Amino acid sequence: MAIRPKNAAKPPVQTTGHDWDGLQELNNPLPKWWLYVWFACIAVALVQFVLYPSIPGITGYWHGLLGSSTRAEVDHDVKALVAQRATTMDRIAAMPIAAVAKDPQLLEMATTAGRITFANNCQPCHGAGGAGRPGYPALSAGAWLWGGTLEAIETTITHGIRSGDADARTSAMPKFGADGILTPDEIQSVADYVMTFYGTPVPGADTRKGAALFAANCAACHGAEGQGGREVGAPRLHSRVHLYGDTRDIVVSQITNPRAGVMPFWNTRLDPATIKSVAIYVHGLGGGE
Amino acid sequence: MDPDLAEPKVSYFADRVRVYPRSVRGPVRRAKWAILVACLAIYYLLPWLRWDRGPGQPSQAILLDLQNERFHFFNLVLWPQDIYFLTGLLIMAAVALFLVTSLFGRVWCGYTCPQTVWTDLFLLVERTIEGDRNERMKRDQGPASFDRAWRKTLKHAVWLGVAFWTGGAWIMYYVDAPTVTWEFWHGEASAPVYIGAGLLTATTYLLAGWAREQVCTFMCPWPRFQAAMLDEQSLTVTYQAWRGEPRAHGKRLAAAGTPRVGDCVDCLACVNVCPTGVDIRDGSQLGCINCGLCVDACNEVMERTHQPRGLITWDTFADQKARQAGGTAKLRLLRPRTFIYLGALLAGGLVMGTALALHGNLEMTIEHDRAPLFVRVPDGAIRNAYGVRIVNKAQGATAFTLSVSGVPGAQLAMGQEGQWRTQSLVLPVPADTVANFRVLVFAQPAPGAAAQTPVTFTLRNAATGAVISGRAIFIGPAPQGAPQ
Repeated sequence: MAIRPKNAAKPPVQTTGHDWDGLQELNNPLPKWWLYVWFACIAVALVQFVLYPSIPGITGYWHGLLGSSTRAEVDHDVKALVAQRATTMDRIAAMPIAAVAKDPQLLEMATTAGRITFANNCQPCHGAGGAGRPGYPALSAGAWLWGGTLEAIETTITHGIRSGDADARTSAMPKFGADGILTPDEIQSVADYVMTFYGTPVPGADTRKGAALFAANCAACHGAEGQGGREVGAPRLHSRVHLYGDTRDIVVSQITNPRAGVMPFWNTRLDPATIKSVAIYVHGLGGGE
Repeated sequence: MDPDLAEPKVSYFADRVRVYPRSVRGPVRRAKWAILVACLAIYYLLPWLRWDRGPGQPSQAILLDLQNERFHFFNLVLWPQDIYFLTGLLIMAAVALFLVTSLFGRVWCGYTCPQTVWTDLFLLVERTIEGDRNERMKRDQGPASFDRAWRKTLKHAVWLGVAFWTGGAWIMYYVDAPTVTWEFWHGEASAPVYIGAGLLTATTYLLAGWAREQVCTFMCPWPRFQAAMLDEQSLTVTYQAWRGEPRAHGKRLAAAGTPRVGDCVDCLACVNVCPTGVDIRDGSQLGCINCGLCVDACNEVMERTHQPRGLITWDTFADQKARQAGGTAKLRLLRPRTFIYLGALLAGGLVMGTALALHGNLEMTIEHDRAPLFVRVPDGAIRNAYGVRIVNKAQGATAFTLSVSGVPGAQLAMGQEGQWRTQSLVLPVPADTVANFRVLVFAQPAPGAAAQTPVTFTLRNAATGAVISGRAIFIGPAPQGAPQ
């Protein structure tokens, strides 16, 4: 009867032969195919070294046989993106702006393009979201100087205001104080009257003289009720939103020696489709008419 | 030279020892075949199950539509933002795996792991074409012959066919099955379809045909940490050493005066049928996938040698230890470990079930404009702007009515039409889409009003009466004298 002790056929785990004070290192060998996979990885890496930019030098680097370049890839992607958008942007350029705003697909494209263009070009003065700041109209409030329709906004962006462009919107308010048209007392009276439009009348002030002076000197542009005059960019006074501020001091200063803002023309910097996009975005901020 | 310092002749790299698993009959093998057929049937046929979702919607019961970012599971539609369902499902699957492993050992490895299932299928092909273990070994060790060549060629051809079928079924989970089948054979399918099918074909062929048990012993991380789920109460495929040892060939009846002979006849049947080529008699080990084919093989031998069955069987360490000492140990399936796994599984199921039950087909998010926070308009009113995002998962275009409460006298307007203020807005949202609206809210500043007022937007579906709401704040100028 052949009795074999358990595991007799199996040799004990092989050691590497290294022996440190009785501590032995066992050898559980790695499968050879694993090693070959590693060699294959090295081979692939070497091929990639040759094909792609890899080894740096003093004045340059190995460009690789395939001429691969991430910079060129970005260039290519940007071109592809522009080409992809070209169809839509061409349609926007060819159509009247009101028709663009009626097409849901074009409207979405224009609003997105307009938002980005606005952030890059308009936001420094007009504020994020068209919030405005003293001297720079609040576009989202609907306190338009030259009109808040799509067409009016497009014209303003294209040619600017007092910008030097041939078709720029231009007007000038007389310097009632500096040029001596009104006396300082008369200016104070007009200011008292204007404050009634602002909703913050001066307590106890007699506005009859100011009303007469306003009718004679200001109403032609600003309107009999201070409703403003868009043909000449005269701000609406009967409002709670004012270009330079809400206080009487500013009103006095503005009558005495008026400031007049300048908005650049954009027709040389932005293409017509982009200008339409910005106009549509601005119109959609909440103040559009 | 000191002989101790001489480099011994050892290799740090081992040749692969080819495993030639022998066929086996028995209840375990039959169960394994049944599970294999069930798993493969589900995998290959599920994409063909149709499910009517109405016009314009995919009619496939299970469809992971990556292109349109919709996952369809029968009537359930998951959008990208519902991905947590998948996370939850994976967590529950992991906990279920822990539970099953702590109870019954590596049954996942032995029966349902795709590597095991497809290797079993490929072995069946191999056995059918090249014969059983002995025939295969003999032919492989013999000289090159035409017989060997055509059998090997045929085997690899069938393997590639099965692999291709596997890769082809894979892509059907991502695109409509009948459509992609037609497109595939007419060369009209998209590149990802061909690449996906090719990739799965290649991996199936390599892993199930060539790598086989090497995947389990050298690639898979699961055998390495499964020991953390096992304890002395886990039922695993066990060789009953107390009964089998000392193993010996020949007659079982020991003559008086000779040492006791164990029940193991050392026939190596258990080793020969093992798909990973381990010797179960060495005890629980990394290479053992707990498939139990050795149980069938050993029982056959035990019957032939007129000994009790079950020399190799499912048993626990605790019981083996007790039997070594002459007793038995009771099987304890309910242990703190299993309770914790079960509790985690139930908790996960409860959370998932609740989330699924509350998973509506309408969502709304309100985002206040960041700049400007508020605008004063010429008539003196304060205006806030909000981005209103409505997710309409329903299969029909719906006009929703939006109203706002919380600010007295508040009026609404659409961003494009700031001058038309109303009490409520009608927002049309097409079927199965996300729609974004810019909504303006106007209110006259009340004297002494706080700078921030909470507001609630209410969205009503007039057709169904469904109502959801979203919270936001209405911002105005800081009251006079208050810190800005």
